Amino acid sequence: MYDFAYHKPTSVADAVKILSADPDARPISGGQTLLPALKHRLNKPTAVVDLSGIAELKGVKRQGDKLVIGALTKHMDVANSPEVQAAIPALAQLASGIGDIQVRNRGTIGGSVANNDPAADYPAAVLALDATVVTDKRRIAADDFFQGMFTTALEPGELLIAVEFPIPEKAGYAKMRNPASRYVMAGAFVAKTKSGIRVVINGAGPGVFRQADMEKALTANWSADSVGAVKQSADGLNGDIHGSAEYRAHLVTVMAKRAVTAAG
Amino acid sequence: MNAVTPFEGIGASVKRKEDLRFLSGRGQYTDDINRPGQAYAYILRSPHAHARIVVLDTAAAAAMPGVVAIYTGADTAALGSIPCGWQIHNKDGSPMAEPRHPMLAEGKVRHVGDQVAVVIAESRGQAKDAAEAIQVEYEVLPAAATMAAAQAPGAAAIHDGVAGNLCYDWHIGDKAVNDAAFAAAAKVVEFETTNNRLIANAMEPRAAIGEFDSTSGDYTLYTTSQNPHVIRLLMGAFVLQIPESKLRVVAPDVGGGFGSKIYHYAEEAIVTWAAGKLGRPVKWTCERTESFMSDAHGRDHVTKCALALDANGKFLGLRVHTEANMGAYLSTFAPCVPTYLYATLLAGVYTTPTIYCEVKAVFTNTVPVDAYRGAGRPEATYLLERLVDIAAAETGIDRVEIRRRNFIPTDAFPYQTPVALQYDSGDYTATLDAALAASDWAGFEARRQAAAAKGKLRGIGCSTYLEACGIAPSAVVGSLGARAGLYEVGTIRVHPTGSVTVLTGAHSHGQGHETTFAQLVADRLGVPVAQVDVVHGDTAKVPFGMGTYGSRSLAVGGSAMVKAMDKIIAKGKKIAAHLMEASVEDIEFDRGTFRVAGTDRTKALAEISLAAYVPHNYPIEEIEPGLEETAFYDPKNFTYPGGCHIAEVEIDPDTGHVTVMKFTAVDDVGRVINPMIVEGQVQGGVAQGIGQALLEAAVYDSDGQLLSGSMMDYCLPRAEDLPPVGVATHTTLCTHNPLGVKGCGEVGAIGSPPAVMNAVVDALKGYGVRHVEMPATPQKIWGIIHAGQRLAAE
Ligand SMILES: Cc1cc2nc3c(=O)[nH]c(=O)nc-3n(C[C@H](O)[C@H](O)[C@H](O)COP(=O)(O)OP(=O)(O)OC[C@H]3O[C@@H](n4cnc5c(N)ncnc54)[C@H](O)[C@@H]3O)c2cc1C
Repeated sequence: MYDFAYHKPTSVADAVKILSADPDARPISGGQTLLPALKHRLNKPTAVVDLSGIAELKGVKRQGDKLVIGALTKHMDVANSPEVQAAIPALAQLASGIGDIQVRNRGTIGGSVANNDPAADYPAAVLALDATVVTDKRRIAADDFFQGMFTTALEPGELLIAVEFPIPEKAGYAKMRNPASRYVMAGAFVAKTKSGIRVVINGAGPGVFRQADMEKALTANWSADSVGAVKQSADGLNGDIHGSAEYRAHLVTVMAKRAVTAAG
Repeated sequence: MNAVTPFEGIGASVKRKEDLRFLSGRGQYTDDINRPGQAYAYILRSPHAHARIVVLDTAAAAAMPGVVAIYTGADTAALGSIPCGWQIHNKDGSPMAEPRHPMLAEGKVRHVGDQVAVVIAESRGQAKDAAEAIQVEYEVLPAAATMAAAQAPGAAAIHDGVAGNLCYDWHIGDKAVNDAAFAAAAKVVEFETTNNRLIANAMEPRAAIGEFDSTSGDYTLYTTSQNPHVIRLLMGAFVLQIPESKLRVVAPDVGGGFGSKIYHYAEEAIVTWAAGKLGRPVKWTCERTESFMSDAHGRDHVTKCALALDANGKFLGLRVHTEANMGAYLSTFAPCVPTYLYATLLAGVYTTPTIYCEVKAVFTNTVPVDAYRGAGRPEATYLLERLVDIAAAETGIDRVEIRRRNFIPTDAFPYQTPVALQYDSGDYTATLDAALAASDWAGFEARRQAAAAKGKLRGIGCSTYLEACGIAPSAVVGSLGARAGLYEVGTIRVHPTGSVTVLTGAHSHGQGHETTFAQLVADRLGVPVAQVDVVHGDTAKVPFGMGTYGSRSLAVGGSAMVKAMDKIIAKGKKIAAHLMEASVEDIEFDRGTFRVAGTDRTKALAEISLAAYVPHNYPIEEIEPGLEETAFYDPKNFTYPGGCHIAEVEIDPDTGHVTVMKFTAVDDVGRVINPMIVEGQVQGGVAQGIGQALLEAAVYDSDGQLLSGSMMDYCLPRAEDLPPVGVATHTTLCTHNPLGVKGCGEVGAIGSPPAVMNAVVDALKGYGVRHVEMPATPQKIWGIIHAGQRLAAE
């Protein structure tokens, strides 16, 4: 990696101050994405701002009919949280299946959502559960937050503080892993929420997206067979040595069925 | 009489002595070694598969902070070529094409990852920074990423003077006899397949430190090698012209090799040479991404073959045409892998009377290919065992029955195959029966139905394999083109108070030699394992050796130790006779005790060794003091492990994902010294075999870019991909080495891929599938099922 300055602030305000003073400074949470990029010299930040000393960013809270998860909460802590397991078991299950045990003990929800890797797990849950992304400046609806491959509504220097998940009536998640990287090759998160039925596909396309035909089918008839009758078009989906766009399109329907079955 | 408790001799599952240091992080690997004043090397590598270097300007880079030196091919052009250790001859008797393999590119790069320049700096970071400042302008040439592209008419020449990019065109067997067998056959079964290219990915990446002492002129190379003496010979004699007496090669703890650390690599020569030029140690450590594009790859065969059968399913003849990818340069043992380690294995466990095999070795713009766990034998076994299953399907004979009908019977040994080898022992029916029983083959149909009820496709498959270990004898391999001997060296040093140091030319990089070899000493000399130290991996300590590969360490290296121990015992008897005033003929020795036959007069080994080193009362006129003996052992033949592997798989038809549910291995590895270590070796081999069958593939695009160039895209097996692996052994002894051992390091990787693939094809039999290529990835299986469903619907 290239040399950079290192800061470890203890409050959001201090972190924001450093970040806004230097457009080439980057926050680091679990480092599970940023560190490999630095090691490969794919990134050349002037400074790295380590968020791990900011206590207010950590932990899960139940607030009425929603769960608020701090940006710095590790995948393992979400997976093992009794609050998450009780309120949104599909979210706990999703967190328990990210990467491997080392990654789950370092990687954070904030880092994952801010990064918006098309093959990541969390963005599917955030979008399907109609969550709200809270930053140091504003509140962003999930529908407005994810803007395609590795792109989000976050502005340079803007810090993700927490994600607020409204508790759904039911939700389910299923994914097929890329055999090599074990990231998502095609996944589906389905949820019956107050704002309606939402079906979100991850892994298959250049970013997470809502599958309107599947949402329609499930609104008419909440069942695995009903969603299983919806074919996903391969147009615009990703293709690589592990899975062509056609294969991914096929998997989308299979995973949607499984997600509905898992949701019950 | 032998009262060593607990029993630690041959057959005991002694816990591995080396594991305490490995598991507590106290191993000493090459990168753990730091020499005073060392500088760091970083290799600038080619981003192109095939290109001419038009401009290579290091001036700006040389001025960067911390840079000590930058070298390019212009600096090393006068040095030797990285040598190849085996020369194959063409059908017409002419030698293979053997183009120069430069340490650093000389005007041209031939694969992504080829070495363009080396930057040596005060820190790794500074070396990398400077490498980014080197100006290189390439004229990109058409690349041949596949053998088909390299052989296409008008394909660009990868090396000047190598017509058609052909390294050699070799054959074995009598073609006329073979043709006649096919002409007389009742049935001919044809089969084409690709043996997928693999990348070993040892846990420890390669590393090398070169050091030079200007006062003595001595060079030292610390390197991640499976055979330090071979590196000393190849690098010293052929590349850098350093006499053996001035070059010490140390291979300390090495974290896995699987073949990829046998070869002499350019980086070893670069750091050694640069250390001499600069007068300070130079260290290079490979990064994982770099190792994908610079460690030798494995396998990569494209084969067409045919089996002739009579009306009863007896094999009449086998015809094989293989193209083997050599990559851009010849790695150390590359030419012998698809010839003498492959074609000679095509008889397998069967009585096929005639075999004809031709092999074309082809240069391509890819990383060099060389031996990888099994080296040629997995390719032969896969071909044969898939072919036999296809033949069973197409003749309607049960796949177990067709094997039984063709097995070499137990009374046929020694058995001469039509492809040069002579098998000494084996019992293929016994290993097959044991595996069928252990896997409950007979009860499979019920499991298939239970799986079907859950919507899963279940299949079972077997392979009955044979392989050849402990490559030998030197005179024969020499006549076949080997440029080295293939004996091994062992020294037994009995210390004055009776503890023992073993010096061996074999090298342990995960195999547990420090334990197995100590057990040999415990068994024969009666010295407790805790008092036996095994020294390996240092040319300054061990007299000589050929290293570890081809499952040779015990069969060849262990045999050398036995010979040395026999010399110890013979000398000890003379000393004992003197001390007990008896005649030498009357002295018996049994595990640590010398006895005057028929009496209770005894001397312990420690008393004898003390007398040997403190020779106050000693037959000094007759024998020298001291108790240390060295033996060179040149094997008389290969050893021939064999056995039966059975895999059971379940396929999820919705996703195409294959799960190995159960794996049974029954192997004949000859005498078992440490059953626990054998079990571990077989399990590790099976893990790699399942990796080849289901997960692993080195994939290049048509421009020669390595698409599977990191763990993100190259799929190594993980624990969750592996079933419980049941391991059992059934022993027939090797008849020509003193231990009766055969070798267990590679059987797992050799027997398992066809067993898994036969199970996959069996699971898919409802879809009219004849064959599935490795690796059977979810996408591939889904494609087959999907195409089958479409066909059914039409
Ligand atoms: C081997 C491996 C396997 C993996 N497998 C999976 C998988 O299967 N599924 C999956 O979803 N993920 C997977 N990951 C990714 C992992 O889950 C991490 O969550 C992810 O890398 C990002 O989280 P992090 O905390 O590590 O972020 P970091 O690496 O620290 O940061 C990632 C990016 O987000 C920015 N950032 C971090 N925190 C904030 C913040 N609070 N506000 C604004 N920007 C921020 C950083 O500047 C950086 O650009 C894997 C990672 C590895 C190494």
